[in-house]
Amino acid sequence: MKLRILFFAISALLLSNCTQKLVRVKPYERGNLAHSVMSPERDGLLTAMTQHAYFSREASFGGGGVGGGGCGCN
Amino acid sequence: MKTYFKTMAFILMTASAGVSSSFAAEASVGAAMPGLGTLLPGSSLPKTSGKVVLVDFWASWCAPCKLSFVTLQRLHQKYASKGLVIIGVGVDEDAGKFQTFASKHPAGFTLVHDTQQSAAAYFNPPTMPSSYLVDKSGKIRFIHQGFRGEKTEAEYVHEIEQMLAE
Repeated sequence: MKLRILFFAISALLLSNCTQKLVRVKPYERGNLAHSVMSPERDGLLTAMTQHAYFSREASFGGGGVGGGGCGCN
Repeated sequence: MKTYFKTMAFILMTASAGVSSSFAAEASVGAAMPGLGTLLPGSSLPKTSGKVVLVDFWASWCAPCKLSFVTLQRLHQKYASKGLVIIGVGVDEDAGKFQTFASKHPAGFTLVHDTQQSAAAYFNPPTMPSSYLVDKSGKIRFIHQGFRGEKTEAEYVHEIEQMLAE
């Protein structure tokens, strides 16, 4: 049992070194993300209406937006 | 059971080491600039030996990159005769987009297309655009992340004049 726990602990330690490099999109690879259709707020009116409907139901404000789209420049 | 764990441990260590080493070192201040000819095979590159070099990574989908081209063009016109070489490395995956951008924004300095993104992988620019200023001895002296208009241009001028005077 101890050996198994030790094995999984070492595995997690070894593999954690590469997770960031494997998952993150490099700044120079964001061509597809920079496309206008990838923006969640490409239509201002639709965004405002959707947010209003969402927050009305959730009875809260703020918390919207996901930092995944766009070119990520500067 | 012990053989199983030994085998899995070996595989994990090998995989971890392999993944870690497969990513090239990031170019940093003080490091020697790599030979661009090997990173950009087939590209027509100017001679950079003994010159101050500005390597700029840009893309057609990068709005600040479009703004920076105006500044780079000004720097080229002002300092090319004094020993400044500017190399704009386009990292677009689509060669057509690279060509379209280059034709819409004609530049007096060299534009090359990093088709395999090998130069980008080596330099690992922290953001887009990113530029690397290299002194006459081939050492990276300044790294600029992003482009912020007049502020960045003033920094460029100060650093280029400093290195040209050395």
